[in-house]
Amino acid sequence: MDTTNETIQRPSALGKILRGMGLLRESPIAMLGAALVMFWVVMAIIAPILPLHSPLDPIMPFQKIGAAAPDGSTFWLGTDHKGRDILSRVIWGSQRVLIWATLSTVVAYIVGMVMGSMAGYLGGWWDEAISFVANVLLSFPVMILYILIISYLGASGVNIVIAVTFASGPGIMRIVRGLVLDLKNRDYISAAQTRGEPAWRIMFIELLPNARGPLIVDSCLRLGYTVVAIATLGFLGLGLPPPDPDWGLMIKEAVPLGSFAGHAMVIPALALSSLILGFNFLADGVREISLKD
Amino acid sequence: MLVMLFKRIVAMALVMLVVSLILFVIFETDKLAVAGKVLGPYSSVEQRELWLSQNGYDASFSTRYLKWVGNAVQGDFGSSLQLKVPVSEVLWPRLFNTGILALCLFSIMIPLSLTLGILAGMKEGSWLDRSVSTLSVFTTSIPEFASATLLTAVFVFSLKWLPGTSAMSDGFEWNQMILPVLVLLMYDFGYVARMTRASMAEVMHSQYIRTAILKGLPYWTIILKHALRNALIAPFTIIVLQLNWLLSGVIVVEVFFAYKGFGKLLLDAALFGDIYVIEACTLVAVFVAVFSQFISDVGYTFLNPRIRFS
Amino acid sequence: MENQSPILDIKNLCISYYTRAGEIPAVVDFSLEVKQGETIGIVGESGCGKSTVAMAIMQHMGANGGIKSGSIKFKGRDMTQMSAEELRQLRGSEIAMIYQEPFASLNPSLKISTQLMEVPLTHESISVDEARQRTIQILADVKLPDPERILNSYPHQLSGGQQQRVVIAMGLLSNPALLLLDEPTTALDVTVEAGIVKLIADISKKYGTSQIYISHNLGLILETCDRVFVMYSGEVVEEGTIDSLFTWPRHPYTHGLFGCIPLPTADKNAAPLKPIRGQLPLPFERPQGCYFGPRCDHFVQGRCDGEHVEMEQIKGSAADHRARCLRWNEIEIDAEIPEGAAKAAIEVGKRVLEVKKMKKYYEVVNNSFNAIISGNRVRQVKANEELNFIAHEGETVAIVGESGCGKSTFAKVLMGLETGTDGEIIHKGNEISEIPVKSRSSGQISSLQMVFQNPFDTLNPSQTIGSQISRVIKMFDIEKNKDKIYEMVMKLLDTVKLPRDFYYRRPRQLSGGQKQRIGIARAFAGNPSMVIADEPVSALDVSVAAAVTELLMEIQREHKTTLLFISHDLSVVRYLSDRVVVMYLGQIMERGDTDQIFSPPYHPYTEALLSAVPIADPEVNKREIVLEGNIPSPLNPPKGCPFSTRCHRRIGEICDSQPPPDQLAAERHVIKCHIPLEELEKIEPVISIPDASARIRKPETVSQ
Repeated sequence: MDTTNETIQRPSALGKILRGMGLLRESPIAMLGAALVMFWVVMAIIAPILPLHSPLDPIMPFQKIGAAAPDGSTFWLGTDHKGRDILSRVIWGSQRVLIWATLSTVVAYIVGMVMGSMAGYLGGWWDEAISFVANVLLSFPVMILYILIISYLGASGVNIVIAVTFASGPGIMRIVRGLVLDLKNRDYISAAQTRGEPAWRIMFIELLPNARGPLIVDSCLRLGYTVVAIATLGFLGLGLPPPDPDWGLMIKEAVPLGSFAGHAMVIPALALSSLILGFNFLADGVREISLKD
Repeated sequence: MLVMLFKRIVAMALVMLVVSLILFVIFETDKLAVAGKVLGPYSSVEQRELWLSQNGYDASFSTRYLKWVGNAVQGDFGSSLQLKVPVSEVLWPRLFNTGILALCLFSIMIPLSLTLGILAGMKEGSWLDRSVSTLSVFTTSIPEFASATLLTAVFVFSLKWLPGTSAMSDGFEWNQMILPVLVLLMYDFGYVARMTRASMAEVMHSQYIRTAILKGLPYWTIILKHALRNALIAPFTIIVLQLNWLLSGVIVVEVFFAYKGFGKLLLDAALFGDIYVIEACTLVAVFVAVFSQFISDVGYTFLNPRIRFS
Repeated sequence: MENQSPILDIKNLCISYYTRAGEIPAVVDFSLEVKQGETIGIVGESGCGKSTVAMAIMQHMGANGGIKSGSIKFKGRDMTQMSAEELRQLRGSEIAMIYQEPFASLNPSLKISTQLMEVPLTHESISVDEARQRTIQILADVKLPDPERILNSYPHQLSGGQQQRVVIAMGLLSNPALLLLDEPTTALDVTVEAGIVKLIADISKKYGTSQIYISHNLGLILETCDRVFVMYSGEVVEEGTIDSLFTWPRHPYTHGLFGCIPLPTADKNAAPLKPIRGQLPLPFERPQGCYFGPRCDHFVQGRCDGEHVEMEQIKGSAADHRARCLRWNEIEIDAEIPEGAAKAAIEVGKRVLEVKKMKKYYEVVNNSFNAIISGNRVRQVKANEELNFIAHEGETVAIVGESGCGKSTFAKVLMGLETGTDGEIIHKGNEISEIPVKSRSSGQISSLQMVFQNPFDTLNPSQTIGSQISRVIKMFDIEKNKDKIYEMVMKLLDTVKLPRDFYYRRPRQLSGGQKQRIGIARAFAGNPSMVIADEPVSALDVSVAAAVTELLMEIQREHKTTLLFISHDLSVVRYLSDRVVVMYLGQIMERGDTDQIFSPPYHPYTEALLSAVPIADPEVNKREIVLEGNIPSPLNPPKGCPFSTRCHRRIGEICDSQPPPDQLAAERHVIKCHIPLEELEKIEPVISIPDASARIRKPETVSQ
């Protein structure tokens, strides 16, 4: 009997990841979304090594798309009212918005998942308390919550993370709670309970991994929302402090001058829309794939 | 049913109370800062303390809070620091303007998105379904201020068909309403149409629709009598809950087009530090949101006989 | 009759589904004739294509299904050639269908009256009043009391049995020529099922409607049908009259099916089940030649795996009997009726479990307006009321009952997922009813384990099989060393007869039966003294269920484990248990040795349960007892005897007002009933078997 041991092959972790990526190919929508998102992620990563003008230096104001720069290079996307290179600002802006959006979403997710699992699995008093807090937070229109928190705490990256956690956390908590409530009546959870597993292990090792499908879809959508929220705050003048490039702020500054330098406002708007579109397509495609199985 | 209504109302009041307490703690715990906001940054500590005792700030926190809540319930939110008039004098006209915007939006969005969503969900995979689905992903993916930017670039700067601001400085003008409504419509339409489509598609796959087909009912009887009634429950609650979202979207749109509505009032107040206006606006916004939640819950119960009679 | 043209005539029907993976043939070469007033049964395991046939007859195949070839002639007209409008006019008026899940088949937001009356209103020129009159008439015909009230209800306000009666009424409203019934009783409790089955049989007599009855249950087919078609993997493998096919099955698969069903006349030691090895092939993995080949004991290489096998008339059988087997007249099937496989009974050892007056009450908060006003907001649900019984080492104790009888609640208390309200449960000398699982020692936990009901739910989908079993071994402190744990898991996989490389598989790569085997391995990992099996095979196909049942008993025998077997199926219970506890609405109605339970004196409920169990043997005689009404809500049980509202032997007022006494019929045989024992003893046995000499009939004798 022992000879059979050799024949048992353990599947490799790399293989699993590759298969997961391969699944994306089943949905053209997901592929398109992934391509759009990857484009901006790659841009954000290689921004420092790209031959770009500085995003902060005023060079020549109001240059059109493709105008020649004084140093012989080209302003591929023109310059803004202060003479800063728009291409450079859009790419550096993508880095900034992606970093803060990812960070805030991750923090919101950690808080939301812990709260949601506790409310759903432990139930009773825990559920009442956590759900009430979530209800109170959810009764604020999101943008008003952002405005209140940022105008109270001041505009900074960390405060944006806090604001996103307050604004998104309750929503995540509700989704997780719902999933946990559904999953906790499964027999494998009863099996874990009847072998005396501690509550934390049941929540985080037995339950949550099985809720990953809907959560992956939700996290794609939510990353998109967070990018929008950060850009919107920038547009409203409550975002990451200048002068670092911020898509929302770029639009805000360009709009009043739109009649003779329209590209300065259209380009960041297109950049922002394409990134959100990427997240939404990815979420749609992943949902479609997960429904097929 | 009555018990449910009663419980919902109590829950609603409780949420409002907690929200008001949070607001009061945030903005009025530090009395000197309040006085600083009122008297300006260069006022001295003595001036501030004098103002505080003149305006009843010597009382305990709980007394002040109760008095504030009492006044707020009667519509007295104090005076705006920026505009130097009672808050209620600016708040209600602004809210009315936003109401007009919302009315225009809903009167176009509801018939449009419900019709397209139903038609798309009736025949999954048809060209109409695909186009509605793709269109709605596109429009919901473009944030309001980005679509405002793009529409402005096209209709205002390139084609010069429409005005770029909607301040209505010379009285009400319809063509100033077009862009704000269009921007809100793009996002909202996509969302509601998608939800309606999903709900309709789910119903069309259900076993009771199969029963209706195999009973030999004519196609349109199946759609109108058996499918719609169930398929419209979800969109109803979604549309009502859109009010909450609209209060967010409206801030951006009103700021972008300089429309004198509630959202712009709130943002200006937030940027200026006009605490009484912020408090008033937030309370009103949360009330609208909580109330729409209440309506959607009640409506859901009413539309769904499974809950109504159990 | 002979010259009459058939109502429905299906010839050489092939149906395929078109998916991303390509064309999947769901039904192959299907032919069937239904005559006026005849009831045809189609029987087969899941995935055999029986429901696809029903949908093809209705011409409602969904977007990706299609009829590839063949014809479906209804009263001489080919339905595959009909326009949508012609089909619409047939559906509901000439051909009606009754569905598996009555609740899902009714529109939740329309009243019953609307849903019923629209059938005649659509198909006939009839006034609303006439339609209403007819509807009320039909509702009375399907034995629904108070039709007016039913008409004004919404579907969710009715019980499952009532819903199915409404669906049947809906089917009958236009007096169709053909009625399709797709597993119409699968979602119902046994005693409710019995009522529906009787109704269906009466209908065909009363209205002369032809019926096609689709089921996985051979016993139900026997009770309702005239002819039967056995399907396997998309094709009919055998067809014949009930008598001919049930007494003389010619196809090895049909024969195998009978070997997998426990009959209430046999037990585990005398005649063990004979499971069919292997599992159903997926539609795109069907073998060459005979689809049953790889699982067949009579497979001959070079012959059975050649050409596709055609249906062949069984010679010597006057009754029209056909089988799809090349070797039907070579195989001596009868010779193999198992005799030698009998096993010795296990010796019963010391007392392992003692339940003494165990009670479990739940509190249910009622928030309706009336309840608040009358002050009755909190009501008690007596899920378990004074349970008493004992189980010994190596013994199998069955708890039998329908939904809501409290059997699962009892399992939860035993496992420590809930705590008892009162009374004691003594397991190996320790009182455990009030100790939640969190406070039990790992020794206590590991000696009391459970096999769960739903195979698709029993394993955690995101963990490998190996890690799930290893975890149990680690939790129970049996072994710490990683390599030794690995070895133990391998041994457990051997024990449940699964390949060792399942260690790295995930649950979704396993079939239902394999998952249930892993569930058994997990329960036995800590060598428990007692295992609770909550309907462990009820979700599995019969051929797979038999194998899992046999495995469970084999391991139990080896380990001398006490098995607490929870079930609603009296045939299985009779087959494998030593003692039986019959529960109804939270109370034990009768308990005793298996033989005592299955012969008089019975508790009237036991008697009704026995009568309700469909038996797949035409030679067994069964006394018919059909219970009226529904199982009462546990929230609002009857005051006296819980069974008094449905009892067919109710003796009077005393049954409604006073709880019945426990009467000792024999040693360890207790009946909770007001009827004196002497009366109960006079009751005829429900199930009777003719003499052995009168049994095995040859087809020749049938034809004479």
